[in-house]
Amino acid sequence: MNLEENFQQKVDDEIKIEPKDWMPEKYRQTLIRQISQHAHSEIVGMLPEGNWITRAPSLRRKAILIAKVQDEAGHGLYLYSAAETLGISRDEMYDQLHTGKAKYSSIFNYPTLTWADIGAIGWLVDGAAILNQIPLCRTSFGPYARAMVRVCKEESFHQRQGFELLLTLSQGTEAQKKMCQDAINRWWWPSLMMFGPNDDASPHTAQSMKWKIKRFTNDELRQKFIDMIAEQVKVLNMTLPDDELKWNEERKHYDFGKINWEEFWQVVGGNGPCNKQRLDARKNAWADGEWVREAATAYAEKKLAKQTTNAA
Amino acid sequence: MDQLINYTLFLADNALIMGHRNSEWCGHGPILEQDIAISNIALDLIGQARNFYQYAATLIGNNATEDSLAYLRDVKEYKNCLLVEQPNADWAQTVLKQFFFSTFQYYLYQQLQNNNDEQLKAIAAKALKEVTYHVRWSSEWVIRLGDGTEESKKRIVKAVDELWMFTGELFEPASYELNTNIDFIFLKENWNKRIRSIFAEATIDVPAETSWHQSGGKIGNHSEHLGFILAEMQFLQRAYPNSEW
Repeated sequence: MNLEENFQQKVDDEIKIEPKDWMPEKYRQTLIRQISQHAHSEIVGMLPEGNWITRAPSLRRKAILIAKVQDEAGHGLYLYSAAETLGISRDEMYDQLHTGKAKYSSIFNYPTLTWADIGAIGWLVDGAAILNQIPLCRTSFGPYARAMVRVCKEESFHQRQGFELLLTLSQGTEAQKKMCQDAINRWWWPSLMMFGPNDDASPHTAQSMKWKIKRFTNDELRQKFIDMIAEQVKVLNMTLPDDELKWNEERKHYDFGKINWEEFWQVVGGNGPCNKQRLDARKNAWADGEWVREAATAYAEKKLAKQTTNAA
Repeated sequence: MDQLINYTLFLADNALIMGHRNSEWCGHGPILEQDIAISNIALDLIGQARNFYQYAATLIGNNATEDSLAYLRDVKEYKNCLLVEQPNADWAQTVLKQFFFSTFQYYLYQQLQNNNDEQLKAIAAKALKEVTYHVRWSSEWVIRLGDGTEESKKRIVKAVDELWMFTGELFEPASYELNTNIDFIFLKENWNKRIRSIFAEATIDVPAETSWHQSGGKIGNHSEHLGFILAEMQFLQRAYPNSEW
C-alpha cells in the first residue's frame, strides 16, 4: 500500500488522523480552510451578539449573554489551536481573515436589530450550527473532532437559552410577541443558507465525504433542521415565513420554499448588510491591539533575559 | 436600615458599572485570551452586583427586585464611585482602572469579613476569591505595560494622569459608610502600599499625595458618563415597561 492508500484505509477504518501522520496535501489544505473558517465564524460571531450585552434587559440575561459570547471566544481558541497543528499560525489565519482571503459564516453579516434577535440567533443560528457540528465530532482529523466535542456541548446549551428567551417573549406583551415574530422572520432564511449551497452546487462535498471530514451533505442537514424547527416553532406559537412549508407524508419530511441563492452569494461575496462593519471591527481590534501585543512580547523578553542572567 | 440599604446599593452599583464597562470590550480585545479574561471579570462583577442587589431588594421590600434596582433608578440614585464609570479608552486605561478598583475591592471585602451583617459578609467572602484574581491579572498588566515598550509606558503614564484624580473618593466615607466598621485609614494605607509596590515594578511614578481629587459619585453627583451608561443599559426596561424578559 502506498501512503495515500494507507491514509484512505485508516479513514475507512475510522482511525483518527493525527497531526504527525502522513496526509494528502489537499486534505491538509481542506482542513485548514474549514477549521480556520469555523474559528473565524466564532470570533466574528461574537460581534452581532456582543452588540446587545450593554443593553440586555435584565441582569440575568446580561450574565447569560456575556457567558455565551465568551464561550464563542473559547471555541475560536480551540479551533485556532486545532488548525495550528496543521502547520499554520494564528497570526497567518488572522491575516487571511483581515485580507478577505478566508471566509466566515455569512450569517454574521446580518444585523441584530432587537433583543429578540439574540433569542433567534441562539435558537436558529446555533441550532443550525449544531446540526453541522455534531457530525464533526466524528470527523477524521483527531484534533478537530476533539475540539468539536467541547464546542457541541456548549452550543446545545446556547440553543436552549435562545429558545427560552424567545419563549419568554412569546408569552409576554403584544409588543414582545411582535418582536419575537419579526426576529424569526428575518433570521429564518439566512439560517437555512448556513448549510451551504445545494448538493449539486457544492464543489467540495464529494471529496470531503470520502475523507470523512464531512458525513452528511448540505441538503440532508438542511432538511433535518427544517423538520426540527417546524415543530419547535409551534411551541412558541409563532410561524416560519414560508408559505410553502408543509408536512409531506410521503417523504416524511417538511417541504419548503425556494431559498434565495442570489442573496446568499451576494452576502458571501461581501455585499451583506454588515460585511464591512464586521470585518472593520475585527481589523480595528487587531490594529488597536498591536501596541499591547508588542508590549507583552517586549516585557516577556526582558523577563526571560533577567532570568537567564540570574541563572548564569 | 436606610444606611444598610444605601451601603449595599453602593457595593452593588460599583460592581455593576465596572462590570458593564468591562463588558464593552467583549469581542474587541487586543488578544483573544485577554478578550476572554476581561469578559470573565465582567461576569464576576455582574455576579457580585446581583448578589448585593438581591440582598438590597429583600431589605427594601415593596416588590423591589435586582432588576428594578439596576434598571429603574436614575443617575442621582446611583451610588458608585466616579472611577468605575470612566470610559475604557485604551487598554492601558482599562487595566489601570481595574487595578485601582480591584485593589480597593480586595481590601474592602477583606474588612467586610468583620462586618456585623452576615449577608454582606458572606457575599464579600465569596467575591474575595474572584477579586484576588482580578488584582493579580490587572497588576500583571500594569507591570507589563509600564516595563514593556516606550509606547506602552507612555500610555500607562497617561492613564495614571487621567484616573488618579478619581481614586481619592474611594477613601472618603459617605454618610451611609460611617457605621460599617470599615477602617478607612487602614484601607487607604493598604491600597497605597499595593499601588506603590506595583508601580515600582512597573517603573512608573506614583502621583503626589496632595494632588486634587474629584468626588461626588457616592452621593449621586456623577460625571456625565453615567447618564449614557444608564441610557444604554436601561433602554429596554424603559421603552417596554412592566414586561418580563
